[in-house]
Formats: sequence, C-alpha cells, structure tokens
Amino acid sequence: MASASASTTAPTLRVENISVGFRRGGTLIPTVHDVSFFVRPGETLALVGESGSGKSVTNLAMMQLTPPAPRTIVAGRALLTCKDGVARDLIAASREEIRAIRGNEIAMIFQEPMTSLNPVCAIGDQIAEAILLHRKISRRQALRDAAELLNFVGIPDAAKRLSSYPHHLSGGMRQRVMIAMAISCQPRVIVADEPTTALDVTVQAQILDLLKKLQEQTGTAIIFITHNLGVVAEVADRVMVMYGGRLVEEADLARLFERPLMPYTAALLNSVPRMDMAGRRDVVLDAICGSVPDPSHLPSGCAFHPRCNFFVVGRCDVSQPPLDAVDEGRKVRCLRWREILPPA
Amino acid sequence: MTDAEASMQAMGIGEPTQRRNRAIDRFMRHRLAVLGIAMIIALALLSFVGPRLLPFNDLYIDIRYRFAPPFESVHLLGTDPLGRDHLARLMMAGRISMSIGFSAMLIATCLGTVIGAVAGYYGGYLGAALMRLVDAMLCFPSIFLLLAVAAFINPGVASITLIIALTSWMEVARVVEGQMKSLRERDFAVAAELMGGSDLYIIFRELLPNAVGPIVVAATLNVANAILMESYISFLGYGIQPPTPSWGNMLNNAQQYLASAPWLAIFPGLAITLAVTSFNFIGDGLRDALDPRLDN
Repeated sequence: MASASASTTAPTLRVENISVGFRRGGTLIPTVHDVSFFVRPGETLALVGESGSGKSVTNLAMMQLTPPAPRTIVAGRALLTCKDGVARDLIAASREEIRAIRGNEIAMIFQEPMTSLNPVCAIGDQIAEAILLHRKISRRQALRDAAELLNFVGIPDAAKRLSSYPHHLSGGMRQRVMIAMAISCQPRVIVADEPTTALDVTVQAQILDLLKKLQEQTGTAIIFITHNLGVVAEVADRVMVMYGGRLVEEADLARLFERPLMPYTAALLNSVPRMDMAGRRDVVLDAICGSVPDPSHLPSGCAFHPRCNFFVVGRCDVSQPPLDAVDEGRKVRCLRWREILPPA
Repeated sequence: MTDAEASMQAMGIGEPTQRRNRAIDRFMRHRLAVLGIAMIIALALLSFVGPRLLPFNDLYIDIRYRFAPPFESVHLLGTDPLGRDHLARLMMAGRISMSIGFSAMLIATCLGTVIGAVAGYYGGYLGAALMRLVDAMLCFPSIFLLLAVAAFINPGVASITLIIALTSWMEVARVVEGQMKSLRERDFAVAAELMGGSDLYIIFRELLPNAVGPIVVAATLNVANAILMESYISFLGYGIQPPTPSWGNMLNNAQQYLASAPWLAIFPGLAITLAVTSFNFIGDGLRDALDPRLDN
C-alpha cells in the first residue's frame, strides 16, 4: 500500500523514546526500553515480536491505558497530530485531554472480539454511544450513522442488526463491529492489536481486506501489532521488530523480508513454513530455541544472545548493541550485523 | 429526500428498526414471576383500594364483636381483642408494610450500588476504606443498630423506612463491588475507556448493566428483609405505633392470643409470606428478563 505521497508526508504519530516500567513489590521492572517510531497518514506500521516482547505494552502506555503511577512508570513522548492540526503529547495529556483524544483521534481494535463488546448492550447502541461520546448529534442520527458504519464494514442487513446483541454474532462479525466502532469518529490512528489472531483464516483475509479498504477511503494510519508474519506481509508498509522490550530492527516490508539484518528477524522469517516446503519431508522447519526472556531478568548485553546462532562470547553478552541506522528508514540493533550480513 | 437519505436507501440501510422489547418476553416466560407480579398487584390493590369498600375502618372499635372468628360474621376475617375488623386492619397494614418494604429496598439498593460500584471500580485505598465500612456495618447486629437509632428518633413511616434502608444496603454493596472488580478487567471495559468514556460513563453505562442480575436478586431479598425488619422494630415498640397497624405489629399483638384466636396471627403471617415470596419470584424473573444473553 506504500504510495509515493505516503513516504513524504509528515507523520501523524511520532513516538519518541518511550520507556515503560512496572513496579512489582518494591522493585521497578523495566519492560519497554527507549522505543521510538512514527507512522504517517495512510500508512500501516507492523509491530512484530513474540509474546512478551513489549509491543502491546508500548501501545497501551502510549494511550495511558497502563495502570496509573506509581504502579507503572512511563517516560517519553507520543506526539499525535490531531484533526485540528495541533500536535499533542498523549503521555503528558491530562485525564480530560486524553479522554477527548481516545476514540476520537486514536482508536484501538482488540484481539478478542468475543470479549471486547459489552455482552448486555445491543451493538447499535454500543456504536452510537461511541459516536455520542465525541459528537454532539441526536441519538437517532447516531443510530443511523451506526447503521451506515455496519454497512461499510460489510454486515448485511445493517439496520436490523443494530438491535442484535454480541452473542448473536460470529467472531468475524463481532470483529467487524469492533472495527465499525473504532472508525466511528474517523480517528487519525488505529491501533490494531492482533485483530485477526482469534479468527479463522478465511475470516482473517476478509478482515485484512476490510482494513485495507477503510485505510484507502479514510487515510487512517494503522499500527498493526501481530506475531503472524504472513499477516505482516499482507498489510504492512513498514515493519518494526521488537525483542525484550527493545526495537531490534526497522525496515520497509520488502527490504525486511528480502534481507533481514538482525539474526532474530532472520530466525523469525525462517521459522515460518513456506509453500515450497510443502510435502518435503527432508526439510525441517527452523525453530528459535529457548523462549522470550523475563523482563525482570534480561540477559546481559544483547537480550537475544542466548538464543542467537551468531553469538560471540565476550562481545554479545557484554555490551548492549546500539540501534544502528543502516540507510534511509532502516535500523538494526546488532553488534555483528556487518560481519554476518548475507551476500546481497 | 436528502442526498444522504437517498444514498442510504440505495445501500439498503433504511431507517433503524424499532427493537421489540424482548425483556418483557423473557419475563413472561417465567411463570412464577408472572404469578408473583399478579400477587403483588393484588395485594397492593387490596391494600390501597380495599379499605374503601369495607363498612368498617381499621380503627373502629366494636366491643360486641371482640375475638369474632373469621368467616362467621360481618367481620370477614374476624376481629381483634378490641373488636376492630381484622380485614380492614390487615389491608391498612399492607399499605404501610409494603410501602416501607419497597421504599427501603429502593434506597438501600441505590446506596449499596453506588458505594459498591465506586469501591469496586476505583479499588485502592478508597475501595478498601468503603469496604471496611461495609464490614463494620455488617458486624453490628442490625437489630440493635435499628433499636439504638429508633430510640432517638420519632417513629414514623418515613423515619422507619430510612433507618431500615441505612442498615440493609451492605449486601448490595458487597455484591456490586465483587461484580465491578471482575467486570472492569474485561476487554469491553478497556474498550470503553479507549473510546473516550469517562469513569461515570463506564461505571453506569457499561459495567452496571452487566451486574443487574445479582443486584436485582439482592434487591428483592431486601424487600422481604425490610418487611421483616419493620415487624421486629414494631414488635419491640419502636416501630409503627398503635393504633396504626402494620403486618409486624399485628403479628406481635397476636402472640398472646395464639391459642385462643390463632387467626390473629395466621392472616398477617400469610400476608407477609405472600408478599415476601412474590417479591422473590419477581426477582428471579427480572434477573432472567434483564439478561439479554439468555435470549435464544
């Protein structure tokens, strides 16, 4: 979806050096370290990483949805250019300000469509309420808008569906309702936190198509959180890989898939089955041994070194690698990326 | 027709349809609840209209007919030791007992819901403080609390209602607090916060509707409880003062004649039983009616 104009326009959202720590007992456990990224209008940024890599926490912290201080400490800035053209820092916003921004300027789609709708409210009312929180229109008009939104997200017989309850709908339909709710105020940014993980593969494809369609029509920026690289290939313009609460690689979709620089990204890509492996018993799928480190006991040096094939004693386990800028829009965090770089 | 309407018709959207009220359907399926409603309506009608249809009022003393047994004279349900018509007194007492029960329930439920919702939603020190208050109130034997308070105030319907309400909101608060604690962690609560909902909006529009079932059940138990409470305090002399009748003080006056004039106890007892069980049946029905998930 990368268009020529998208790569030159100013970012809608610019997140600068966000760090998040949770306080457990008396100790502060840093969970996200100094993550920066941006997303432009009409662009889809994919945030990839295993469970526990900090991708959801980064976004929740950005919207002040983590537990309040002192239980959570959030540092950094998240500048969102709002509809009125003013850039506001989401992290520093007051309760009233953030309330006016959430839903209106930035919206979120959750992973579990089964639980993210209120089970005792009709879906029409839920969408209408979301609209009425930010726009001064009549309830009747809001319900009409809700019907229009349901129609847009591909729910047949939209006007009759307004009075359906969530339990009347299938998972895919509920996710469509969630999307309708998210886009009801035409937000500048939509955070989609694994929106297709809980759905059938065929329904996944429909939902991804729907997201593309709405992005084309509204120019919304989408931050797509996922660990499914197939989905990333489908939707993303740019990809950010996170590991152990740090950004480890950032690149355009095509360049990342062609030539991953960070060993973790390469390992992730290798662990996805490909069509050319079908039916071949001699090919063993690569897996990354070990598991994601506990944020309270991060390995010394590069957090990935215990699982890395290119790990060198005395280097990788000693110092934290810096985030190197490779070229325009491309960053990698690895001490040895130049040495281990596969031939182009 | 405006452009917007034309395009909406073209898309086959049309006007939002009026939703049929399925809650009433669900309630009507609940036979006992319908029976309960019928019973309460009957009791209320009897209490509020009945006394006008009788030739006697509840205070008229007919000394010739002391201890008249029921179904034998013009006094349909017999008379009490002063020769007052038992049916007239029973109906007048129904006005007082039922309105005390109902209004005490309303006040207690509102108070308990608000306190429980605030405690459960915010948690932390505020929640802990409120719930310890609930615990402290529950520790008091409520009958002593009632008596202590009643001793200082002028007994009357309004004041009795109020003190009953003030000593019976804790169960509701507990129930609501537990519900809110679990509900506010659910995804849809976070989603509502993300849509820009304020705390009040999330508590009252998103979360409380999910807790209506337990609240209604606790509330109906409260009606029953309030009717009984009123009887206790009337028995101990701090409640509704004679000669004004209430089901409670009628029962208590009857106890010394239990062997010679059992009808004096049976009829008020029956009235209390009917009212209390009917309210409980209604509670069951309401719980089902207010939960759209049961609709299939």
